Amino acid sequence: MLKQTLAVAAMGLALCADAAEITVNGVGASFPAPVYRVWTYGFSNVKKNVRVNYQPLGSGAGINQIKAGTANFGGSDKPLEISELSKAGLLQFPMLSGGVVPICNLPGVKNNQLKLDAQVLADIFLGKITNWSDPRIAALNPGLRLPKLKITVVHRSDSSGTTYIFTDYLAKVSREWAEKVGAGSDVKWPAGIGGSKNPGVCNMVRKSRGAIGYTEYTFAAEYRIPVVMLKNREGKFVSADSKAFSAAAAHADWKAEEGFRQMLTDQPGHDSWPIVGVTYILIHRDQKNAAEARAMLDYFKWCFKSGRATAAKMHYVPMPQNVVDKIAHYWKSEITVGGRKNAL
Amino acid sequence: MFELFRKKENLRDRAFMILTLLCAFLPLAAAVGFLILLGGNSAEAFRTFGFGFLVSTQWDPVQELYGALPAISGTLLTTVIALGIAAPLGFITALFLVNAPEWLGHPLSQALDLLAAIPSIIYGMWGLFVLAPVMQDYIQPFLADTLRLGKLPFVGEDYNGFGFLTAGLILALMVLPYICAVMRDVFRMTPGPLREAAYGIGCTSWEVASDIVLRYGLRGILGAVFIGLGRALGETMAVLFVIGGIAELPDSLFGSGTTIAATLANNFNEADGLLRSVLFALGLILMLLSLSVQAAAQLYLRNMDRKRGEK
Amino acid sequence: MRETDDCIRRPVFFRKLLNAVMWLLSAAGVALAVFCMLWILWSVIRNGAGVIGLDFLFCGSKPPGEPDNGVGNAILGTVFITLTAVVIGVPAAFAGGVGLAIYGQNSRIGNLIRFSVNVMMGLPSILAGVFVYALLVVTTGHRSGFAGSLSLAIILFPVVMRTTEDMILMVPAAVHESSLALGMTRARSVLCIVCRSIKGGLATGILLAVARTAGETAPLLFTALWSDAWPWHYFTQPTANLPVLINEYTTNSPSEEMHAMGWGAAFLITITLLLMNLALRFICREKKHA
Repeated sequence: MLKQTLAVAAMGLALCADAAEITVNGVGASFPAPVYRVWTYGFSNVKKNVRVNYQPLGSGAGINQIKAGTANFGGSDKPLEISELSKAGLLQFPMLSGGVVPICNLPGVKNNQLKLDAQVLADIFLGKITNWSDPRIAALNPGLRLPKLKITVVHRSDSSGTTYIFTDYLAKVSREWAEKVGAGSDVKWPAGIGGSKNPGVCNMVRKSRGAIGYTEYTFAAEYRIPVVMLKNREGKFVSADSKAFSAAAAHADWKAEEGFRQMLTDQPGHDSWPIVGVTYILIHRDQKNAAEARAMLDYFKWCFKSGRATAAKMHYVPMPQNVVDKIAHYWKSEITVGGRKNAL
Repeated sequence: MFELFRKKENLRDRAFMILTLLCAFLPLAAAVGFLILLGGNSAEAFRTFGFGFLVSTQWDPVQELYGALPAISGTLLTTVIALGIAAPLGFITALFLVNAPEWLGHPLSQALDLLAAIPSIIYGMWGLFVLAPVMQDYIQPFLADTLRLGKLPFVGEDYNGFGFLTAGLILALMVLPYICAVMRDVFRMTPGPLREAAYGIGCTSWEVASDIVLRYGLRGILGAVFIGLGRALGETMAVLFVIGGIAELPDSLFGSGTTIAATLANNFNEADGLLRSVLFALGLILMLLSLSVQAAAQLYLRNMDRKRGEK
Repeated sequence: MRETDDCIRRPVFFRKLLNAVMWLLSAAGVALAVFCMLWILWSVIRNGAGVIGLDFLFCGSKPPGEPDNGVGNAILGTVFITLTAVVIGVPAAFAGGVGLAIYGQNSRIGNLIRFSVNVMMGLPSILAGVFVYALLVVTTGHRSGFAGSLSLAIILFPVVMRTTEDMILMVPAAVHESSLALGMTRARSVLCIVCRSIKGGLATGILLAVARTAGETAPLLFTALWSDAWPWHYFTQPTANLPVLINEYTTNSPSEEMHAMGWGAAFLITITLLLMNLALRFICREKKHA
């Protein structure tokens, strides 16, 4: 058996040897994975000699693998603290932001008809409000006829950046949520049933009357599931769309010296959607291989520039131009190759 | 010259023996390797939670508190449901297929066997997209409201198409071909004179099946159930999409929960640190469950042999 | 004795009725099972047959919306992964089966090995993935198609080994012994005489096992993963394959196009495996009749 394995391995090495191209490996968050897939494909059509792989294995894997040095870049929905960044010799910058939205399935309730505020949303997910005819929901929705129907909460059964963004919001707006449950890519859900990945949640919500769940906006839009309007920090009800997501991103104060660390949940601004997440890229401050580093930065530049349209089409929010400029400057001033500055 | 040739042949024979025996030892080595690797990787989980891990029901990824009981009990419950359906169903389908005329029985047997050739991911998709809506709209309302079973404890009046019953049904369908195939053999193995004698004294074919074949072939039938048990315990893809995926103790037939395999599939790729160790520990538990089913089956069969020998 | 008394005391009408009811039930049971099989097949055909075309079969997978989208890389990847699993697993398992059949009868070690074969056969397939993950992915630092092959080989191994042993034991001992008496070595006798007589059955058994394994998803989730690339980096990179692609496309994608392609891939793999199964059964049957 060993002999065969070795023979096969030798054959494989021969196969791999054809790669005269540069390979850039990324591992990380699954939240932006649909966009990254389109981007890597689009980039491979422009730059034939560079191959970018992105494995959506979760933010945790992204952080671990970039720290271990087994990937060229890591993706994470959780921004790292600046102390952790400098300890591990990493740079961090935002790539994309996107909205997470509550979705519901109620007879006679269409898209953007149901309105909820932060407290009620948190209490529903805490299992404290259990029926759609609850007076607190009715008070927020004068004129909407709500059925006497049990609320079925649907959440993710796998761990995910989407859950992290959603629970981060709930923990910010509800003290009880913060104490009892907390924020994380998977949590101890006080109520409801779990669906596997975004489509699992969407399918469960779509198929059971009286369900409420949360998902990345892309999925809600593509599956045409009614999205709930939320009351933002300024007390305004907003409906979920790219404009409301960018509004939230626009109010943030992006600082390079803090590794652009931001949580875009519960942002100020009249038009801001309250549950917006940023997804980050982690790279080594000191690059070992100049060619790979150059190819990787080329890829990111291409994403910021030519990838904007695709991202927007998929209902994600590309970084505003001023942030992109800041990031380019950040690269220039921080990245070294083999200890040398300005090598790229 | 001839002597030399013989020696060479002998050498070859020796080499052949060593080589084949080495290969024969591989499954044993693999089984031991599984236990070592799974055990080693789950050490952290057992160190952190002790053996209370096995009976703890908490699953709080934020606080990093994990317990295995929900997944274990969910695994056992789905398996029990699946076998509760598949074992009797396998018995009566085998009864039909063996007694039916060849032109009908043979193609139907083949069709049933094909159920085993369908990949499990297809069962999963079918369960999610086809069966779950049917369960919610027709089967569960019928069971809960029309038959009023919803009032019984441990059935539950809330249903949404997902949960243990749905998962159990799909599993039953998946293990049915295995159970049915073994049961058909059991029926065929019952000595003809025994059956004919029973018919001769006026037994109906059901009486022959339940009084003669069931008793004569009890060993084989239980063997079939064990095979189904092993299959159902660790099935992943067919269960994953319909189980409902929550780390809680099962509270009702229509309720949701999780199984060990589904927990692994859901979390393993993204897990690290303690959670990964916990998942390895769950894998170890699943392996031990499956191993004990096998051991029980072997022990049981050996005892049956011994008893038969005494007779 | 009591039981026979009971049997006789039951009224004839009741016994006939029970018989009829059970007969009906068993017919209904068969009908239900066959109906479910046809239902599954029908769902796969209805949702999946439509997208099958040349592009679908021969173009690589791409993000939704791109032209010339297909699953060609996943088909090739599945072929790579399965064939490598066969190369790793089958010859060694065959040898192991031969060894167990010849040297392992009535011995304690032989029984222990036989028990371990049964254990490995009943092992949940997802554990093979977890095992290979710990063995290969953690140590090499990357997921790869080869890791997937290894996990499939682990699943294949005990099945092939057991089939080989059972088949060899079915050959009358006289055949083996007479060839030994003619001065053949054990190795030659087994390989040339014994195995020749069971060639057909053995091949069928092994191919059926391979067909089963080719459709496994769970062991590939943590090992081979999937990818949009063609599987040229089979040893070092996640490798496209049909089962995980189906899983990704149908259960982790917002786009209708990907759902349709996922069902298409499901159609492809189901029909291929079913046809393979039917063909093998048919050939096997022909042989028996001949």
